[in-house]
Amino acid sequence: MPGPLPADSIRRLTGFGMSVSADGYVYKPANVAEIGAVFKLARENKRKVVLRGAARSYGDASIGAECLILDLCGLSKVRVFDPVSGVLEAEPGITLEQIWNQTLPEGWFLPVVSGTMRTSLGGALAMNIHGKNNFQRGTLGEHVLEIDLMLPSGEIRKLRPNDELFYAAISGAGLLGVITRIRLQMKKVSAGTVKVEAVSCRNWGEQFAAFARFEGKAEYVVSWIDCFAHGDSAGRGILHAAWHDENDPSSLQLSAQTLPDKIMGFFPKSSVWKVFRLLNNRFGVRILNAAKQAQGRVMEHGKVIHQSLAAFNFLLDYVPGWEKSYLPGGLIQCQYFVPFDKAPAVFKRLVEMQQEAKLESYLAVMKRHRPDKFLFTHAVDGFSLALDFKVTASNRAALWELARRMNDYALENGGRFYFAKDSTLTAEQAALFLGRSLKKFKEYKKLYDPEGILTSGLAERLKLV
Amino acid sequence: MANPFRHAIVIGGSSGIGEELVKQLAASGYKVAAVGRNEAKLREIATPYAGTVITFKHDVREYDKVPALFQEITKQLGGLDLFIYSSGVMPDVEMDEYDFDKDRAILETNLLGAVAWLDQAAIRFDKTGAGTIVGIGSVAGDRGRGGMPAYCTSKAALATYLESLRNRLSTKGVKVVTIKPGPTATPMTVNSKFKNMMPADKAAALILQKSKSGGEHYLALPHRVIFFVLRNVPSFIFRRMRI
Repeated sequence: MPGPLPADSIRRLTGFGMSVSADGYVYKPANVAEIGAVFKLARENKRKVVLRGAARSYGDASIGAECLILDLCGLSKVRVFDPVSGVLEAEPGITLEQIWNQTLPEGWFLPVVSGTMRTSLGGALAMNIHGKNNFQRGTLGEHVLEIDLMLPSGEIRKLRPNDELFYAAISGAGLLGVITRIRLQMKKVSAGTVKVEAVSCRNWGEQFAAFARFEGKAEYVVSWIDCFAHGDSAGRGILHAAWHDENDPSSLQLSAQTLPDKIMGFFPKSSVWKVFRLLNNRFGVRILNAAKQAQGRVMEHGKVIHQSLAAFNFLLDYVPGWEKSYLPGGLIQCQYFVPFDKAPAVFKRLVEMQQEAKLESYLAVMKRHRPDKFLFTHAVDGFSLALDFKVTASNRAALWELARRMNDYALENGGRFYFAKDSTLTAEQAALFLGRSLKKFKEYKKLYDPEGILTSGLAERLKLV
Repeated sequence: MANPFRHAIVIGGSSGIGEELVKQLAASGYKVAAVGRNEAKLREIATPYAGTVITFKHDVREYDKVPALFQEITKQLGGLDLFIYSSGVMPDVEMDEYDFDKDRAILETNLLGAVAWLDQAAIRFDKTGAGTIVGIGSVAGDRGRGGMPAYCTSKAALATYLESLRNRLSTKGVKVVTIKPGPTATPMTVNSKFKNMMPADKAAALILQKSKSGGEHYLALPHRVIFFVLRNVPSFIFRRMRI
């Protein structure tokens, strides 16, 4: 038996949704050499390794029971940034927030961002994140010029977009190696604000019509859906389309990007989640949604406002700690990526299924997507519907059963899934969704991680490894 | 933060109350590691629960092996929610017997082995912020009886150690439970003169039930009353009571 690991390095870890946990031994390397040392330790102790960045994946992608957890947040430096070309070279643990904080004053923003800026760059590439501009700019991986991938053997491969492995390392959920260095092409902006147009939609028909109106025109489009609305009002919500403003250098400064720390000028936002918690039930959310819909109809519809890039893009950071309003059970998110033609019928049915089960999503968001050529791509030429569900001790079994049925239904209709969000797919569903990509992935796994050292809760659940 | 799978370790799981705890935990859906000296007996216990009960041969007096074994067990279990220390010996001791080897075996098994294992569980639960630790003490630890000085000492010290752990860990989401069974029908008491002993399966069921809340628990209401009185009997009377 090998010698024990440091007993006090064990932690109970969860994903962003806090609905599932696992205990692991946490290692936080300060440099690339120390990453290699963790792989060596894992081999000696016959343990597996799970990669973890900022832990913003909702489910079990960054946790693993009794594994060594390689926390990459210690590697968080920008190595080089060229303000002329906009090429950034950085370490994987840096957050998107740290990146744009450094580059925006020079006129460069991230080409693709997640709904929270507190994701790590390495994690964002492992999941190949998209943003509200997916239909225009693709995924973050499409803007990467080069990465270093450290294999569990310790060998470092330099990968560029003409390498086949590049498309598996990015999107591969951190199961083939550690991305230790990233060269990323940033996006030139001449203002730190966007022009936002709001469209209040009374039903699914108006939602899809509004998306069609901005197709190919707006830079960003995102819509909120009220999953409690039924009948003729089903699919109601508010769509926001946005365009980058131009030639306003003063708005590039960070002082123009700070999210306000008070609501209505006096209510401290750090406490808002406690109020949310009181309303975070079927009754409360039904009322809130109706109020939001009415407010959107009366006060926002057809209006144009200007918002900072941070305020528009990072809605999830607007109310700090909002996810805690879902405690003690946490939340899961189910996100369905459905082909263009099928989306109207499929989304309508997915919401009906929730209503029939009396397990409506408390927050639903719709976006437009385009396909990409990464191995575990989640995107389609179509739409996605992202659904947040509150998990409680009493609804857990019924919620997973609803998710199983919704997953099956989406699969039957060419649906795809996103590992950054998933908590509910089964191994059989994942195999159907991934098809030949899974076979290809397993070939890569044999080649680049023959001992099967890299894993995760997600990988075990979906039998990816 | 619920984890649907529950995992338990029972030290001293090859006989007596420990054996019953292993069986009842396995039957209620736990994945259980049974740790004990008697390998054949462990195998026999695990057979009906293939895949649910895993076994480890170990003598708790091998203190140096505990940290690595603890990690190996938790690795094989896939987690840890409940840790029970149920190892204990009570050899016959005459009223005029002062056998250091016997006393040492009692203290090593009942106390030092317990400390070695409890420390590992305590470190882990301290860091993960969850879990339940259960120590099987004894009503015999409530007073120093003439009949079994080392046994009473071991159980009194164990109760004190558990109380200290409780005071360290209760603010961190960890429950520490001291169980004080009375005479229980197990291989340990087969030669004893006790009457009306509690069956081991009943004791185990009560232990699991009472372990839902932290603190010290007797298994029967009469014990609670009797030992409340006995704990408070002045020494000059207690020494004349011949119990």
